[in-house]
Amino acid sequence: MESLDREVEDSMLFYEKRANGLAVRLTGELDHSAARDLGSRLDALIDETGAKRLMMDLSGVDFMDSSGIGLVIGRYKRLKRRGGGVTLTGTNARVDRIFDMAGVYQLVDRGERRRG
Amino acid sequence: MEFVNEMRLRFKALAENEAFARLAISGFLLPLDPTLEALADVKTAVSEAVTNAVVHAYPEAPGEIDMRAGYAADGTIEIDVIDRGRGIEDVEKARQPFFTTADGDERSGMGFTVMESFMDRVSVRSAPGKGTAVRLYKRIAPRDEAVPRRA
Ligand SMILES: Nc1ncnc2c1ncn2[C@@H]1O[C@H](COP(=O)(O)OP(=O)(O)OP(=O)(O)O)[C@@H](O)[C@H]1O
Ligand SMILES: [Mg+2]
Repeated sequence: MESLDREVEDSMLFYEKRANGLAVRLTGELDHSAARDLGSRLDALIDETGAKRLMMDLSGVDFMDSSGIGLVIGRYKRLKRRGGGVTLTGTNARVDRIFDMAGVYQLVDRGERRRG
Repeated sequence: MEFVNEMRLRFKALAENEAFARLAISGFLLPLDPTLEALADVKTAVSEAVTNAVVHAYPEAPGEIDMRAGYAADGTIEIDVIDRGRGIEDVEKARQPFFTTADGDERSGMGFTVMESFMDRVSVRSAPGKGTAVRLYKRIAPRDEAVPRRA
């Protein structure tokens, strides 16, 4: 991500506070093991920044199972209570297929998808 | 089924072994020369079955997970993911989309639905207090035989 207000790099999570919310980029394998940590770290970031909208860029995710659904819906419910929501970008066809099964796109906004 | 190759693995029901199980099944299936798509389908289903054993089977202390796999000459594969944990009361109900016994928002109840979607067939045997065995079936066409995907 360019021109970061604030950037923390580690194995899975890059984030940036923007005027319209909290932008995060997830990388690596989004399974139950990863989602456990990511969920609580995202919640802490949401609370810390007071963001109402979470923009999740999944373009760096190279594996995802149903744990990804829980991760997104968990954050959606949290932000919904504050009158906000989630926007998903950078999803590939496989990730979209899993989110579609669970009706995720009926709840969260869909931004740009991954090319190719 | 007559297998031309077989493997067995036993590992502890820990979250860190979810990635290990995906890697192990990928490595085992490599001689079949699967497409990346087919391999990703199998990895996803295995991840679901193993994650279920990690998350649901052993509420007290992590027990063991057995993963067995075999394939036939025609590329038909069978994978068993077995735990000796608390079992499932009503398997039919558990397989319904959105059914979950987990509290909180972190589990969506879509694991079995994902397995069914990415594999040809999924069978589940379970007994309360005894454990759960999930069997995943899929025929993997070798890369040169694979039907080109629609653009
Ligand atoms: N190995 C198992 N041992 C005991 N119970 C299981 C096992 N596998 C599945 N279950 C039960 O079946 C239910 C449905 O499983 P499924 O994988 O479809 O959803 P989930 O694991 O609850 O959520 P998700 O997979 O979407 O994160 C679980 O909530 C659990 O009650
Ligand atoms: Mg599950």
